[in-house]
Amino acid sequence: MPFEDMTDRPRVLIVGGGIAGQAVCEQLAPRAQVTLACGEPRLPYDRVSLGRLLAGETPDALQLRPEDWYSDRGVDVRLGTWIAALELDAGTALTGNGELLHYDRVVLCTGSDALVPPMEGADSPGVCVFRGPEDCERIVEAAAGSRRAAVIGGGLLGLEAAYQLATMGVPVSVVHLMGRLMERQLDGAAAELLAPAIEALGVEVLLEHATEAVLADEATGAVRGLRFASGTELDCDLVVVAVGIRPQVGLARATGLDVERGIVVDDRMVTSHPRVLAVGECAQHRGIVHGIVAPIHDQAAVAARTALGDDALYEGSVPSAKLKVMGIELVTAGAAEGERAVVVADERDGTYRKLVLHEGRAAGAVLLGDTRGSELLLDAIRTAREVADPLGLLQEASQATAAELPDTAQVCNCNGVCKGEIVQAIRHGELGSTQEVVAVTRAGAGCGSCKPVVSELLAIERGGAVEEATYLCPCRKQTREELAGIVRAEGLESVSELSASCGAGRDCGACKPGLAYLVSEVCGNRHREERHARFINDRVHANIQNDGTFSVVPRMRGGVTSADELRRIADVVDKYEIPLVKVTGGQRIDLLGVRKEQLPAVWEELGMPSGHAYAKAVRTVKTCVGTDFCRFGLGDSMKLGIELESAMEGLYTPHKVKSAVSGCPRNCAESYVKDIGVVAVEGGWEVYIGGAAGGSVRKGDLLAKVDTPEDAKRLTLAFLQHYREQAEYLERTYGYVERVGLEAIQAAVLDPTEQAALLERFRIAKSAADPDPWQERHAPAVPKQFAELDTESEPVVVGPPVGAAL
Amino acid sequence: VSEWVTVGRADDVPLLEGRSARYGEARIAVFRLAGGWAAIDHACPHAGGPLSDGIVADSCVICPLHNRRFDLATGEQVGGTDRVTTYEVRERDGLLEVRPAVEVLLDEAA
Repeated sequence: MPFEDMTDRPRVLIVGGGIAGQAVCEQLAPRAQVTLACGEPRLPYDRVSLGRLLAGETPDALQLRPEDWYSDRGVDVRLGTWIAALELDAGTALTGNGELLHYDRVVLCTGSDALVPPMEGADSPGVCVFRGPEDCERIVEAAAGSRRAAVIGGGLLGLEAAYQLATMGVPVSVVHLMGRLMERQLDGAAAELLAPAIEALGVEVLLEHATEAVLADEATGAVRGLRFASGTELDCDLVVVAVGIRPQVGLARATGLDVERGIVVDDRMVTSHPRVLAVGECAQHRGIVHGIVAPIHDQAAVAARTALGDDALYEGSVPSAKLKVMGIELVTAGAAEGERAVVVADERDGTYRKLVLHEGRAAGAVLLGDTRGSELLLDAIRTAREVADPLGLLQEASQATAAELPDTAQVCNCNGVCKGEIVQAIRHGELGSTQEVVAVTRAGAGCGSCKPVVSELLAIERGGAVEEATYLCPCRKQTREELAGIVRAEGLESVSELSASCGAGRDCGACKPGLAYLVSEVCGNRHREERHARFINDRVHANIQNDGTFSVVPRMRGGVTSADELRRIADVVDKYEIPLVKVTGGQRIDLLGVRKEQLPAVWEELGMPSGHAYAKAVRTVKTCVGTDFCRFGLGDSMKLGIELESAMEGLYTPHKVKSAVSGCPRNCAESYVKDIGVVAVEGGWEVYIGGAAGGSVRKGDLLAKVDTPEDAKRLTLAFLQHYREQAEYLERTYGYVERVGLEAIQAAVLDPTEQAALLERFRIAKSAADPDPWQERHAPAVPKQFAELDTESEPVVVGPPVGAAL
Repeated sequence: VSEWVTVGRADDVPLLEGRSARYGEARIAVFRLAGGWAAIDHACPHAGGPLSDGIVADSCVICPLHNRRFDLATGEQVGGTDRVTTYEVRERDGLLEVRPAVEVLLDEAA
């Protein structure tokens, strides 16, 4: 324990293990001896992302810090510990378990409860609130058998709950007392655009509906509907109440602290007793109780400094909110209305961008449908920047990239992380992936909606070297779906046309290979091929090495070769003085150190087709010898592997695809750890997907067991096509399978109609795919394809291969 | 001001691609952009990657080895501190001619 000798550190008791308690703990530990008393039986978790529990995630996924984070910092965490009473003058606290805790300072982070408005039948068993993991568990359970659900409350929380219910397939109505949704954050015009967008998700919106009673079956107590003040009724068997919060002030009141709506604090976050501070939803500062997450971090920072004896003042926060509903982008900050406002809106697309000014300074923003540059605007609002040209600022924001944000701009509102902190962490920690940046800075660890910006910052710092999918074109913030929509709607056939249409790929160019894949996939390979959009590997059909030379891997289906092929390979190695010959993990032979100018001649003399080892494509199908020679073989794995490889080769994919067929469950071809793995078992074949044994190790999921090799082949090809159509560019199958879930994939590829449609699209794409790009040795696609301005490629000697008997 | 040196044929550089060429003792990379020509050092200052093999956007190129990106107008690394030398390129009778870009030093201008 590195902290035991630091006895002069103040002892701070944090009451409450919510986001606020954790935020204070982050600021204090290890500079104070912290005791964190959590009323719930779990470590602090991210309540903002509670909706994810409705989507099927477990509470562990929301945990803010792992257990050893606390032990490393000497934080004494007490789970399931309620504080029953505080003796402020004595500096003690009595826990619900009868234990006495000692402290120099107490920080109350008791949070809030869900507010349930007074209405008849509110205590019926089918009425849930949306506040903690247990509530989510109840909602999920009730939703399973629900015919129709009602969510009371058309604010942020209510809309997120309704969206999750709709996603679970439950017909749902949002019942809102006011005349417009999210009236605290939105102006009338934005609310009017939001309602139809919500309805498009399959959620009915009922405005100006005051719920008077929950109607329950007299005999069973089961909910059967709602009655409104107007006398009308709504049939439903599940009611979720999400109208607001009620600060938890019981302990503060019992201790004799000043309490109004919340626990009254001054600018140092100190309550009416100098020993006690309060932070978060339980605190009332300058008459305001904040019910959203962003201000908590500002308050926690000040409270921590006060507790450590430093001078710091909290002067309020600009409230900001982000709606976490798939398909609807909405960010608000500050005031939605004011003395001057400028609006840019597109009625057709339902986008609305408004900037509110107060005395010539940025005071609020509403961004709906198009949230580009929200960080820039939020920063302007937070700093009350003077704005001479508000329309110009809106315009500037819509084109701002992460590079242009000021260091002070808050990127992650959930965890209060600024751009400057993220950039510093990337530089000093030499971070290379978004995941690492999220883990180190906590930016993106909450609702996750800022992750694209985190990735963008990482890409900028790392010079674009981040292989991650979120935006296909991060510069223009265009997603794969958006771009595919443009390609389809405008009937585009090339990357140039797509770039000309929407700008994608023009700024940094890093996404051009992704765009090239997208265009080819949407067009079923009947696109116009443009080499400038391809990575060098796909321009010269070989894998670039660290010295600028290339590696050559000929096709060797199923890893099966012959004396004749081996002899030609040996002769080519000799003739072209190829420095390294290596057997690969995928049962292939790799010739390394080949100069660009040598490629056409090497290919010609190998007399074998391209193995596509350089491409985001189906790489290899590895096989074991199966029934041919193995005494344990149950199925003819070599035959199926070779057939599969022939069927799949030449097709490009979002990322590389490695495959294997094993003749029995001993799995010598390692089918369990391939993107697609087939295993012969007694009485049939098993098809696994999403396996990996590289930078990530993951056992594949069993997609299905089928009877015949033909079935296995069909299923494999259907999955491959599904992956080709649905995955993000540079998303491996294991990432894809984890992201969308096995069940969704099974639903898509096992259904006979869907499977037939996938196989038909696969057939179309395959029929137009180039089976052997190495033929370009005879007809180069562009001038000097395999040479430089001052060099020529070595002549392709057409005729009998070297070493062949004359 | 240095003389123009012929480095190759314009037709050998496809749109939005690069090709390398010899320029005196040095190797340079020449690019055909939508709005004209650009040329920089061929080797990436980071690890010697062949910049002529990089992906080209409107006005920058990405090194194929480790994705360092350079502005083709200024030679400066985007999001970093490295830089490469830039050259002027012109097309004369189907041939590409190159000379070092003229650097305007602030001291001279003052």
